[in-house]
Amino acid sequence: MNIRVNGETQVLEEGAVTVARLLDIQKVESPDMVSVQRNGDFVERANFGSTLLAENDEIEFLYFMGGGACKCQGDSLLSWN
Amino acid sequence: MELSEAYLERYSRHILLQDVGVEGQEKLAAAKVLIVGAGGLGAPVALYLAAAGVGTIGILDHDLVELSNLQRQVVHFTKDIGAPKVDSAREKMLAINPELIVKTYQDYLCAANIHEIIAGYDFVVDGVDNFPTKFLINDACVMAGIPFSHGGILRFDGQTMTVLPGQSACYRCVFRTPPPPDAVPTCSQAGVLGAIAGMLGTIQATEALKYITGVGDLLTDTLLSFNAKAMTFRRVAIKRQPDCPVCGAQPTITKLVDAEQSVCDLKR
Repeated sequence: MNIRVNGETQVLEEGAVTVARLLDIQKVESPDMVSVQRNGDFVERANFGSTLLAENDEIEFLYFMGGGACKCQGDSLLSWN
Repeated sequence: MELSEAYLERYSRHILLQDVGVEGQEKLAAAKVLIVGAGGLGAPVALYLAAAGVGTIGILDHDLVELSNLQRQVVHFTKDIGAPKVDSAREKMLAINPELIVKTYQDYLCAANIHEIIAGYDFVVDGVDNFPTKFLINDACVMAGIPFSHGGILRFDGQTMTVLPGQSACYRCVFRTPPPPDAVPTCSQAGVLGAIAGMLGTIQATEALKYITGVGDLLTDTLLSFNAKAMTFRRVAIKRQPDCPVCGAQPTITKLVDAEQSVCDLKR
């Protein structure tokens, strides 16, 4: 399944992938720190585990960013590769 | 009003811009902007708004200048260590432009004082470093109908969005509630490249100047993010949420309350 995550094409090998699983695949360590948009609509945090992705979905991870007080994963918030 | 030769010369590069002109410059002179936070973001905003001739600038920050601030908070100099940040910022703004009115608030923002402080300002710039205050600024500005610019920076990244209450998506449309406090260590642990503060702060200052002069299209309904390592900028369209707890059709947040562990409580 092909989807786009923050503008980058991602090929998912697994069949049924939820938003929660995508956060895991993308190694987002703190899901509490991210707001997720799917095809322009926000996904409620409570529904991360039940929302299944579909072919050609456009997913945006929007991170909390303070003026210096913020916790996010890895070295950069906007690139994973 | 007769404009002095010095006025025309000082602002000549603005006045030359067809979109700004004398009329736009006069709008800037009449405008009142509040900068919340005299830190990494507030510093460039303060300098550029002062230079641009924004007639009344308020600046709020509780803290004193520390040595570790100087790597990015360019409005403060080595000699200012130990001085209130708002006084240090005011001194530099008036050195650039002595005719401005600069109001200082050496205080924290909290539910009890924010309405009174923001009242009368045309635009607010959020340059604070904690999420409870970011949500407080959003909620208070939405309730008061005062446009504002959200800004955040971390490491090599920045994000910003302009909010026109009642017209465009607000911060809570994107981020419903502040993150859990234990998920958020201090900035001193994460670090930030100093110049990132300048990149993001000057975008916020530009939005303030655009709003006042009516030039161009504001960064509304859009979250702009950048990563300075790759030097990539990305705009994500944001829809105003009909069920937003503060700007939606049936708001559930109708009065301000301080989040737990508010700095205002610590102060008491």
